[in-house]
Amino acid sequence: MTAPLIELSGLTVRLGGRTVLDGLDVKLQGRAIGLLGPNGAGKSTLINTLLGFYTPAAGTARVLGRDARKESRAVRARVGYMPENDAFLADMSGVRFVRYMAELAGLPPREALERAHEAFFYVGLGEARYRKVGTYSLGMKQMAKLAQAIAHGPELLLLDEPTNGLDPQARQRMIRLIREIRDAGQMRILLSSHLLRDVEECCDEVLILKAGKLAAHCDLEEERRANRRFLEIETAARGAELSEAVRAIGCECAFFGVNGSGGGRLKVVLPEAVEVRDLYRLAGERDVLIRRMSYRRNSLEDIFLSAMEPAALGPEEAASRPDRGTDGGS
Amino acid sequence: MAVHRRTYRPYAGTLTGPAWRFLVMARYAALDLLESRLVLVFLVVAYIPFLVECGLVFVANNAVARALLGMQGASPLDIDAAFFLRALRVQGFLAFVLAAAVGPGLVAPDLANGALPLYLSRPLSRTEYVAGKMAVLLGLLSFVTWIPNIAVYLLQASLADDWLGGHLHLGRAILLGSLLWIAVIGLMALALSAMVRRRLVASLLMCALFFVGVPFGEIWRQVMGNMWGRLANLAYLIRLVWSDLFGVAPEVMTRRGRVIPDLPYWAALGALLFVAAASLWLLERRVRAKEIVR
Repeated sequence: MTAPLIELSGLTVRLGGRTVLDGLDVKLQGRAIGLLGPNGAGKSTLINTLLGFYTPAAGTARVLGRDARKESRAVRARVGYMPENDAFLADMSGVRFVRYMAELAGLPPREALERAHEAFFYVGLGEARYRKVGTYSLGMKQMAKLAQAIAHGPELLLLDEPTNGLDPQARQRMIRLIREIRDAGQMRILLSSHLLRDVEECCDEVLILKAGKLAAHCDLEEERRANRRFLEIETAARGAELSEAVRAIGCECAFFGVNGSGGGRLKVVLPEAVEVRDLYRLAGERDVLIRRMSYRRNSLEDIFLSAMEPAALGPEEAASRPDRGTDGGS
Repeated sequence: MAVHRRTYRPYAGTLTGPAWRFLVMARYAALDLLESRLVLVFLVVAYIPFLVECGLVFVANNAVARALLGMQGASPLDIDAAFFLRALRVQGFLAFVLAAAVGPGLVAPDLANGALPLYLSRPLSRTEYVAGKMAVLLGLLSFVTWIPNIAVYLLQASLADDWLGGHLHLGRAILLGSLLWIAVIGLMALALSAMVRRRLVASLLMCALFFVGVPFGEIWRQVMGNMWGRLANLAYLIRLVWSDLFGVAPEVMTRRGRVIPDLPYWAALGALLFVAAASLWLLERRVRAKEIVR
């Protein structure tokens, strides 16, 4: 059995006399893990702790099987980090900046130069690679930060708010790149963001923090699969008749009629053998007008809002939810 | 491989040794500095005293050259401890100017641009970061302190018969004295730039600390009636230490015919070591990937 990508055991971090992370217990295994939470939830602190920048007051954090504090050098040799805030060397050209960072990560000068060029083309800044980083726009600086994070070929990429301050187009480019990196399968990703859409579009596992505590941990892929067959159908009339027909082909179905009009809403669970087109066929045969049909599933927003509820305060509460274990078993 | 191919591939090649990886920083910084014409001109100017000293050593050891210059008999110029001490004082001042001009530019931009997390997210410790930056200053300041002085020393040793055996301590004094001065001003330059995060302000602050020490020491003496105020005078402190290393009595200072006693050697050395230690402490506080806001 392979070691978890990230394993937190009772991780507590105190900064300036304040408890920022409070007893986190979780194992993360996904290809792309989203780290969600409102501002001040402890997302960046967790990333900084994984990099060995902060010392845990209690507990441990293991990254790629190594202790983030005691073996921080070994951990940092295998990760790439894109910080949240501005972080660059303004007087260097883009390619020299990335080459420099790759050499510091241990690449010989020649290989570092080659990979710096590659990384710049990969993030779409090939034409601007000889310009000084200080002259880049915000979007270009974000891409340059991503380039320096991947140039040395890390196994784990830590992205701290990578779409911060980007316009919609630049955000789309960044999200597309992150997904490409994820799908290429060469690197695993830990993406910290307070934007649900970023995480939903890129990640297959999500960890939600609230006030330094674990509010929820779920496997997004699992959630998507589990909820795929829930359909909500709204009919103008003869909903009960359609409901009977749907049940007859083996679907679970509930009908909610509306004031004797005959119309209403059907909630349908489709078994493997039944497709959506079968429902259209049944409706067509019975001359039932379908006004609206949509998949209903727990979106990340639902999960997030649920995690932010006052009840979702700690790992115990989170663990008690059947779909959101805290031990990474989902 | 075509670099324009828009694909990503993992790195499977060899890695450089981790022990000396911090020197990557020194290499990049040195290349940047040598691109500056101002630095290059300064380095050339810093070798003018060296050329003069070489000429003096040559004349002092060559009767023909002395005759050509119209000097009769034995050399009027003694190539002794005082000669090398004077040479080191000149080069030491130039080294200070260079450290004040160049040193802050090594750390301040990293802090101002938030680049420390990038450095320290690599397999690189904070100590190695400071060592990498210090290595640049060590190389550069060595170039204007002990390297030219040792060259003059070796020239004298090669021209004068049976001179080296009796003057080995001078070589040691040049080396130790230079390295102590480089450590003090190098760490001070890095620490001040880490503290103020602005290159120019750090340079000015360093110069201010250097030059303000002179009047401060005098005012202290007038008010308190003792010499301890001179502990703030860096130039004076290093002069005392160098005098002791070279075995030359410090210049007797007089005021209205009254001899002013010098500070003890140990106090001067202690004060310099304190400056270096305080600089290290400041660097330890400031060179962090993330600041903790209380």
